[in-house]
Amino acid sequence: MNAVHRMLTLTNFRKDTPHVLKKISVLVAAVVALAGCGSNSGSTGSDPAGGAGDSITMGFSQVGAESGWRTANTKSVQESAKSAGIELKFSDAQQKQENQIKALRSFIQQKVDVIAFSPVVESGWDTVLKEAQNAKIPVILTDRAVDSKDTSLYKTFLGSDFVEEGKKAGQWLVEEYKDESGPVNIVELQGTTGSAPANDRKAGFAEVIGADPKFKIIASQTGDFTRAKGKEVMEAFLKSNPDIDVLYAHNDDMGLGAIEAIEGAGKTPGADIKIITVDAVKDGMQALADGKINYIVECSPLLGPQLMDLAKKVVAGEQVPPRVVTEETTFTQEQAKQALPSRQY
Amino acid sequence: MAAMRRLIWPLLILAALLLVNVAFIPGFLSVEVREGHLYGSLIDILRFGAPLILVSLGMTLVIATGGIDLSVGSVVAISGALACLQLSQDQGVFTAIVLALGLSTLLGAWNGFLVAGIGIQPIIATLILMVAGRGLAQLITDGQIITVNDPAYKLIGGGYWLTVPFGVLVVLAVLAITAFLTRRLALGLLIESVGGNAEASRLAGIRARGIIVMVYAFAALCAGVAGLMISSNVSSADGNNAGLWIELDAILAVVIGGTSLAGGRFSLGGTVLGALIIQTLTTTIYSVGVPPETTLLFKALVVAAVCLVQSPAFREKVFHRRRRPSSARPAEEKVRVTA
Repeated sequence: MNAVHRMLTLTNFRKDTPHVLKKISVLVAAVVALAGCGSNSGSTGSDPAGGAGDSITMGFSQVGAESGWRTANTKSVQESAKSAGIELKFSDAQQKQENQIKALRSFIQQKVDVIAFSPVVESGWDTVLKEAQNAKIPVILTDRAVDSKDTSLYKTFLGSDFVEEGKKAGQWLVEEYKDESGPVNIVELQGTTGSAPANDRKAGFAEVIGADPKFKIIASQTGDFTRAKGKEVMEAFLKSNPDIDVLYAHNDDMGLGAIEAIEGAGKTPGADIKIITVDAVKDGMQALADGKINYIVECSPLLGPQLMDLAKKVVAGEQVPPRVVTEETTFTQEQAKQALPSRQY
Repeated sequence: MAAMRRLIWPLLILAALLLVNVAFIPGFLSVEVREGHLYGSLIDILRFGAPLILVSLGMTLVIATGGIDLSVGSVVAISGALACLQLSQDQGVFTAIVLALGLSTLLGAWNGFLVAGIGIQPIIATLILMVAGRGLAQLITDGQIITVNDPAYKLIGGGYWLTVPFGVLVVLAVLAITAFLTRRLALGLLIESVGGNAEASRLAGIRARGIIVMVYAFAALCAGVAGLMISSNVSSADGNNAGLWIELDAILAVVIGGTSLAGGRFSLGGTVLGALIIQTLTTTIYSVGVPPETTLLFKALVVAAVCLVQSPAFREKVFHRRRRPSSARPAEEKVRVTA
């Protein structure tokens, strides 16, 4: 039935599609094929012996290199693999799930000891994870989760708890305003609509401040995690809401854009409007140390050491908890000044 | 006169959007001087709309030749990335700007070469740079966000000159030059004739290929300036997100402004209005407080309504008003092509 349907659509495609569309599809196919080749050759190139011998071989498939956070994440994994004596086969998926599935299959063929990966998207992993399970290769998820019903397909999930990050941001706010009667007018810059960090950071924050009716979120819009959008949305907020006390931004970059908007409106960021952000990248920490941001909740990309620990345990057959939260902290302005010189990303 | 009549509908739509804003924010139309510069929602619309207007102006001429340029968003990212990289390596602002705009123009000429020289369909030819250019921008920035701190560079997109946003002045200058070249000189007529029928134009003695390469280079130059504005506005270059999907907004602005996607005629004034409508729509979403989950749907509904209102056939059906026999329309276009 399915095959017939597919054939029908194929013939339709050939009959009706104009020339241009056909060309596009050919081109896209070529680009995908090229990208696929690239990531494959990257992962198979080094050691033909695979997982033989007594040292551990880990296959790691990264999302891509879309942000400074991600680059720091990659570096952390590579460096801690080296210092832990684990041989790393690294593959970059360039933000495409098909590349990542290919990489995982090639890891399985090479019989690595353990596979770790940050899934590009949440769904569609059951088949390839099943293949890994049949080959008796344990899988560790890092940074992002999958939505598979069958949790036996992977050993553990190592990553940040975004809800917890939102809660930490909310707790600082509650503490900061505990002596004031309010109302406290809050505006929120959300991350990319529908993304897990945006949903969870919003939910965690709302849960904590919801306990006290003096906290009011008077406007909440998406800033797509970017500086430019953060600035644009904040400009609009400043005009439509003359009385803003607090800004909560789901990442540093949007907060940094908003700071420029606040300064342009003749107000002082950090004083007239208190600012809370999440991430703690270098530019954000600098702004925190300069007093322009009031509080940053860390979302650390440096999960390499924890990952290597887990990998060793999993390969040795030890039990590991199904959910491991990345070690993360929070920063006030004073702490930022101390931490800034040794900041890696 | 016909041109003025075509602009009536975009103007009415813009006015309607502004009215919605006034209804939600009482002080929406007020403009004051704060911190030594003009301050107000209207100024914001002009300031954040400036890059889109620039990109749309370039896109208008490309579309007038019957082409399309999907790569402008990537050029925006490349230009900002290269300029910020130069600044972060302690080069002068002038060098940074010249290099960024030079590379942008070169990339545009490459697009033009693929279209006019090799004869690749414009949508495919520019798709190549749209995909590859994003990668090039990330290569320049090394996947990181480059932050710069240069007051002179800041002026381009985030600064003010005599209380007026500098970016708006740049747009006015580019608009004036473009309008002069295309409407006071014969260039506009040549572009329209190439868009109407490139082969016939060539036989009539017009250097169709040269014209096509030129409009793609111009579109990329405009995108390059827009890229400088966007990165200067936030003092940083983001290879991943700068100018993302701006090509689609630009095409939309051109179409709302009444330029035909089939080529052969264009309206610069209409394009500027179209870009302003899109930016005002974005501002409206923020000020009215449309939830982020429904933003895209809201935008789509407004744009669909705008396009329907612009369509003479739709208006005739709904308002039962027949200004002239419907057969007069295609005839008018034919006359323009041969002109």
